[in-house]
Amino acid sequence: MTSLLRPPPKSSPELDANWLRELLVIQKNTNMRHVISLLIENEAGALSRVSGLFSARGYNIESLTVAPTEDTSLSRMTIVTSGSDDVVEQITKQLNKLVEVVKVVDLSESAHIERELMLVKVRATGKDREEMKRMAEIFRGRIIDVTDASYVIELTGTQAKLDSFVGAIDSGLILETVRSGICGIGRGDRVLKV
Amino acid sequence: MVITGAEIVIRCLQEEKVDYLFGYPGGAVLYIYDELFKQDKVRHVLVRHEQAAIHAADGYARSTEKVGVALVTSGPGATNAVTGIATAYCDSIPLVIISGQVPSAAIGQDAFQEVDTVGITRPCVKHNFLVRDVRDIAETIKKAFYLAKTGRPGPVLVDIPKDITAQKCEFAYPETVSMRSYNPVVKGHHGQIKKALQLLLEAKRPMVYAGGGVVLGDAADKLTALVRKLGFPCTNTLMGLGAYPATDRQFVGMLGMHGNYEANMGMHYCDVLLAVGARFDDRVIGNPAHFSSEPRKIIHIDIDPSSISKRVKVDVPIVGDVGEVLGELLALLDNTAEKPEPQSLGVWWKQIEEWRRRDCLKFNQGEEGLIKPQFVVQKLWEVTGGDAFVTSDVGQHQMWAAQYYKFDKPRRWVNSGGLGTMGFGLPAAMGVQLAHPGSPVACITGEGSIQMNIQELSTCKQFRLPIKVILLNNGFLGMVRQWQELFHGNRYSESYMDALPDFSRLAEAYGHVGIKVDKPGDVEGALREAFKQKNDLVFMDFQVDPTENVYPMVKGGQGLTDMILSAEDL
Repeated sequence: MTSLLRPPPKSSPELDANWLRELLVIQKNTNMRHVISLLIENEAGALSRVSGLFSARGYNIESLTVAPTEDTSLSRMTIVTSGSDDVVEQITKQLNKLVEVVKVVDLSESAHIERELMLVKVRATGKDREEMKRMAEIFRGRIIDVTDASYVIELTGTQAKLDSFVGAIDSGLILETVRSGICGIGRGDRVLKV
Repeated sequence: MVITGAEIVIRCLQEEKVDYLFGYPGGAVLYIYDELFKQDKVRHVLVRHEQAAIHAADGYARSTEKVGVALVTSGPGATNAVTGIATAYCDSIPLVIISGQVPSAAIGQDAFQEVDTVGITRPCVKHNFLVRDVRDIAETIKKAFYLAKTGRPGPVLVDIPKDITAQKCEFAYPETVSMRSYNPVVKGHHGQIKKALQLLLEAKRPMVYAGGGVVLGDAADKLTALVRKLGFPCTNTLMGLGAYPATDRQFVGMLGMHGNYEANMGMHYCDVLLAVGARFDDRVIGNPAHFSSEPRKIIHIDIDPSSISKRVKVDVPIVGDVGEVLGELLALLDNTAEKPEPQSLGVWWKQIEEWRRRDCLKFNQGEEGLIKPQFVVQKLWEVTGGDAFVTSDVGQHQMWAAQYYKFDKPRRWVNSGGLGTMGFGLPAAMGVQLAHPGSPVACITGEGSIQMNIQELSTCKQFRLPIKVILLNNGFLGMVRQWQELFHGNRYSESYMDALPDFSRLAEAYGHVGIKVDKPGDVEGALREAFKQKNDLVFMDFQVDPTENVYPMVKGGQGLTDMILSAEDL
């Protein structure tokens, strides 16, 4: 499985979509990556109920993002996890069992979109300065902070796209990176709402 | 009229018709105790340790259909309660626990007797609340009771900072409460129920496996009616004892690690299994891979979807209240002319009877020599006419109680099944006795377990609880010793307690009646004498055979059919 999860070729970040689609047809019952989206009452302690559930039952969390929705009484969480079908079934059941959880969907069961935000601070001096600008453009990133010696590049995309950007630039030039974890939403008519 | 938060708490409990509140006072709950003092509807039972308050509320809840209620203070009051809360959580017992918290402004300041109670209890409650505004108290307590008793029941904790109990506001107890995020399923899916019935009617080697959910869902009558109508064998889990009458011919006994031979064999070799309010626990089916190696169709009725297909794949899942679903199954069965095929059912019963003839629970009680612990439980059953409430602690005595006391009614057997909490029995018996004054209540215990909450003998004296404590004293932490004998080369590491007290005299020191029994011939007489004493707690210290082991036994991680039936099998 790990080999199948490697990022797509560096030179073609636009291949993301195809690569992800391939990933989805990989046989079931292996440690598949799942994107679970849920609505939860926006109350103190709600996040720790969810994170506590994952640690108590030994489930993986690859990333977890949470923020209030347009209805401020609700928060929406996107959790990236992995496990066999049985484990993921238990994860969604256990999440549903939490009293404050209003709705749970496994986005990866059908067509959906994932996006993650990354901020990368890179050394930008000499010939690297131009190279960094070029790489940011190729990956459709934006330079949002400039000093004599550094850039901060903002990049949005799938996890794989962000991975490939990090892979594509000289690792010696990376000063720091910060990633948001992914946000996910279903395509088309699929709506997660109360 | 505005009243204080403390008064609101007590008014809420009155509205919920709480008759007993088990608790222990302390700084953070002083205002609440002050209000308790001013009324006499809610009676407070002062325990000697907060763990016992929760167990007593738990025993009260298990032996009735009501919610048990406890009140503890902040910090150590709350942490002492945690074992009790986890015990109730593991067995899905409806409790409401009110805990005091340091004043709002002091939260997070490492104040005296401050702990993050909501954080500490989060993994072992169905839900918990921290009340931040006096105006929220009534609704929160209403929600707590609603959550505790609906769906899959469980303990709910309400943490209230001291200042909130002193502030004032208008009081109105909400009549109903609804939560958009909490809508437990009640009715089962009709199509699935029909499918289940079809499978049952076509079964050649059926088995009904009922757990604590049947007791909690008050569905024992319906289960019994269904099993009798179908003519199927029925087994109960440790938590389900009493869900089907144990003296009935169709009952094959408890199953699992220390289950009956016929129950475990039947469970393994059946072709259609009806699981009701049970969860295929590791102590019940042993190794899930071994269990799944025999093909069978499984129907699983449970109110909690996460219990279904958790450890064992299920063919017909039915999420719903077991009483509702069993009622619908019965109605469908009444309206069909189809019956289970008698011939194959007859062959299956012949097989079961053959297994039953192994008489896996036989033991030899000589007229002289040491008392066999099984003999004491058997005599207890005879002396009480099988109609006592029996609580137990955890260990060998618990298994013997489960094996040899034949429970014909639900809610008579009160034990810590999921968490396995030593020290549960005596405080639980207090709650049972308060809920059923005048009924015989026995606490079967061991000399290890009883010492974990022996201070409650004092509570029993204060509240005149005539519990009969049946101590099976073998001088060893018996279950530990048994495992050490079987799996650790007889190295009895720290499982022997030297310097045990003279329990009968200790009971007398607490103001109770103490009896020591060391001859088999005296067992029955002592029990009869004890149960005649309607007003006194009688503590019976039975000196039993220290070498006795619990059989049958399925070793941990092995299949249900790999049973050690007696010492000769070793």
